Amino acid sequence: MGSERYSFSLTTFSPSGKLVQIEYALAAVAAGAPSIGIKAQNGIVLATENKSKSILYEEHSIRKIEMVEEHIGMVYSGMGPDYRLLVKRARKLAQQYKLVYGERIPTPQLVQKVAMVMQEYTQSGGVRPFGVSLLICGWDEGKPTLFQCDPSGAYFAWKATAMGKNYINGKTFLEKRYIETQDIEDAVHTAILTLKEGFEGQMTSDNIEVGICDETGFRVLDPASVKDYLANIP
Amino acid sequence: MSIMSYNGGGVVAMKGKNCVAIACDLRLGVSQYNTIATDFEKVFQFGPHLFCGLPGLATDTLTVKDKLRFRLNMYELKEDRKMSPQVFTSMLSNLLYERRFGPYFIEPVIAGLDPKTGEPYVASMDLIGCPEKPEDFVVSGTCGPQLYGMCEALYEPDQGPEDLFETISQALVNACDRDAISGWGGVVYIIEKDKITRKTLKTRMD
Repeated sequence: MGSERYSFSLTTFSPSGKLVQIEYALAAVAAGAPSIGIKAQNGIVLATENKSKSILYEEHSIRKIEMVEEHIGMVYSGMGPDYRLLVKRARKLAQQYKLVYGERIPTPQLVQKVAMVMQEYTQSGGVRPFGVSLLICGWDEGKPTLFQCDPSGAYFAWKATAMGKNYINGKTFLEKRYIETQDIEDAVHTAILTLKEGFEGQMTSDNIEVGICDETGFRVLDPASVKDYLANIP
Repeated sequence: MSIMSYNGGGVVAMKGKNCVAIACDLRLGVSQYNTIATDFEKVFQFGPHLFCGLPGLATDTLTVKDKLRFRLNMYELKEDRKMSPQVFTSMLSNLLYERRFGPYFIEPVIAGLDPKTGEPYVASMDLIGCPEKPEDFVVSGTCGPQLYGMCEALYEPDQGPEDLFETISQALVNACDRDAISGWGGVVYIIEKDKITRKTLKTRMD
């Protein structure tokens, strides 16, 4: 087949101008668990599905939403191990910045640096692209920011977005529901509702994760607080 | 003879009310007492309200000035904003500590106004980048000890730009008189929110 001839080398364009390995990486993301990010007036919410595959699984032992710096958090859709490498790199980049300039890294700067890492993995020898897309949220000088970072190294600034399984439906849902002036409580509500759209089975505080970033910094909600939000959902 | 006093020269900076001043002498000597230039400025502008003086070994003054400009330009292009004096101090401290075991022989002085609040700021550091951020004034260079004495005697807090100019000028002129390898005129910058004033001074020209 035509595309197979170009599908092994990362750096060989196909005749139609595509890099097919990068497209496959995006396919890996689209097959991953959904995650949502919504910007509100006074903060940003990240939410994701964290389903266990067996009842024997120890819940809340592995987290998908991680803090990068006091005021920056991130989540992913796609492959877990790839994500953990990026979390490690992002944290290191944030601390390096702090060491040189004595200031917290602005979120757009961190996103740019992480995107640079992801781009390197599309053009270096002996590596494959990351099988993850990231949602990075941060609070900078009184303003919320939300970015998506793709395996190609492309990044986008969103008001609200969905990634992973069913992301098209998630996005359409958000387009209908998004209100620019909402506050963080409403945004958490909307995020959970969006996750619920394509959710298979019963949604509980054990199989979703929610993270919030506001002027006090970034934090992952504990299961009890998630339960309170879930109680308000029909 | 210390390499720090090979070329000679000094820099001083002071805080005023909504303004700061930074001044340096103009002499450049070789192996201490052989004066070869009398127009060697040691203070450089790095932003609309940001100045840095780099007294010490003249070759390192020029090298560090260029390296600072490089890093500052990269920062401002990447981040699309001006650098604050605090961040500049961190960056310079970092630059110097990278050469911890083979340092640039300069002892920088930084003076500026915060780009957001307009708050006056002065700082100084040693040749490996240990910063000091006092409330009143900073001195550096071969006439540093003399400048300390003059500043201790003349400095008053919350002076306006005119008074601050007078104080810093007297401090520089009289300190240079007591140091054989500093002098041959001086330059003073008065930094205010909407105005930078540059004035040249005459000292004892011998």
